[in-house]
Amino acid sequence: MRSMSILTSEHLCRSFGDLKAVNDFSISVENGEVFGLLGPNGAGKTTVIKMVTTLLPPTSGKASVGGFDVVHNAGDVRRLIGYVPQMLSADGTLTGRENLMIFAKLYDIPKADRAVRVEDSLEFMDLTDASDKLVRNYSGGMIRRLEIAQSMLHRPRLLFLDEPTIGLDPVGRRAVWEHIQRLRNEYGTTIFLTTHYMEEADNLCSTVAIMHLGKLAIVGAPSDLKASLSMEDATLDDVFTHYTGHILESGGSFRDARSTRRTARRLG
Amino acid sequence: MGLQRLTGVASSIYSFFDKTASIGEMEARKLRHDPTELITRAVQPALWLLVFGEVLSNVRLINTGNLTYLAFMAPGILAQSVLFIAIFYGIAVIWERDLGILHKFLVSPTPRQALVLGKALSAGIRALSQLVIVYALTVLVGVSINWNPLNLLLVMVVVILGSALFSTFSLIIASLVKTRERFMGIGQVLTMPLFFASNAIYPIAIMPGWLQVISRVNPLTYEVDALRGLMIVGGSSSYGVGFDLLVLFAGMIVLVIIGSKLYPKVVM
Repeated sequence: MRSMSILTSEHLCRSFGDLKAVNDFSISVENGEVFGLLGPNGAGKTTVIKMVTTLLPPTSGKASVGGFDVVHNAGDVRRLIGYVPQMLSADGTLTGRENLMIFAKLYDIPKADRAVRVEDSLEFMDLTDASDKLVRNYSGGMIRRLEIAQSMLHRPRLLFLDEPTIGLDPVGRRAVWEHIQRLRNEYGTTIFLTTHYMEEADNLCSTVAIMHLGKLAIVGAPSDLKASLSMEDATLDDVFTHYTGHILESGGSFRDARSTRRTARRLG
Repeated sequence: MGLQRLTGVASSIYSFFDKTASIGEMEARKLRHDPTELITRAVQPALWLLVFGEVLSNVRLINTGNLTYLAFMAPGILAQSVLFIAIFYGIAVIWERDLGILHKFLVSPTPRQALVLGKALSAGIRALSQLVIVYALTVLVGVSINWNPLNLLLVMVVVILGSALFSTFSLIIASLVKTRERFMGIGQVLTMPLFFASNAIYPIAIMPGWLQVISRVNPLTYEVDALRGLMIVGGSSSYGVGFDLLVLFAGMIVLVIIGSKLYPKVVM
């Protein structure tokens, strides 16, 4: 009796003081799909990710991964998921291989398998040649690929990628896309990503959910959503405007802008 | 069934300490890649011993019993240089939060206590370099060091415990204040009182009564006391090295338990 959904959330809410960062958020993510959560900076995407990855308890509502509740069975959830935060989270003062080795240990990969698993991940992400260099000498795209390698060492069933291509140049961005798709195809990993690049979501995702000011505006396949607009050559930008009544530029805050630019600067 | 449970418990205990050790190992690897900061950290203890200590030992102002003033203060300066590094360890917690490294640790199925204890061990590993520096300076100013291997080993244990204790204290403060600016302010406010309200550079006996009370509850006093009994030829501990070790160990455990409750709040 295994449900087809790997991730479900029901009426998930999270407030910070008076601010309702996430408000009545209900979704269902199917096994093996690439699910995109879209919206401008400050829409609440990262707060959703923090809740479903067990980092932040919801104010109300609930969510489960693989049937495990994210609050009450956090330990079980953590074994099923991988997570790549928005910020550049690989350790620049260690080599690529060392970055992977530490996570192999933290994820209980048996000693006998660790070295092989690390080599496989390096190869999968095309980082074998750079594996013994300090990560601070990597390019932004390489760091992102290393972080994805870190998060897939334990073969998670569900991988969260928070703004995986933010701050990357077009070449780095395309390489990250290709690796995400290969990950899904070869390992059957379900991918949950957030982005505010609409054309990226259109290319990568089988389902997109559009979020605005903490609320879910619409969920569906990109092609269906675009077709639902009686408009020729509709893009996801048009879908966003149609369902939220806002243009994409709105939203965000000083804090978001600062953290995005900090990430971008570290990448550049 | 009973045996199965027992091996289950044994393997989770092993896994706990394996993960703790791997966080410490990561720190050691970082230091090996970039040891420059170890050298800059030699400056402060050098000033205390070569300038402050030499001058004060000429005026013979403080009654230090059968020890010369330099021999009396050398263990104090070792404890102090370890304290000054450990008390700012929390800044690394905030830094790792900003980078997202902390998010990835917390999403992994690693017990929070193992993460905090691993961080404490990391600080202890860093502190060992201070041991080498202060021993070299102590030889330089002509104080006889007790080179008994057992004493050396116990000095290492005291330094690691002291550093672990104060770095976990620092981690707790960082978890509460959450920003770099506030943390730096509090760190500055704490270091000097901890140092002066201890037996590091003068005996407790010459302090006014109220300060004696504070010194007795200051863990630094017990760290210095143990070092004074172990490090210097002719030195003796007032409370007994065993008791000092017990105080430091118990203090560290209490702080690790508190710290592991507060640590996950840094990312919320």
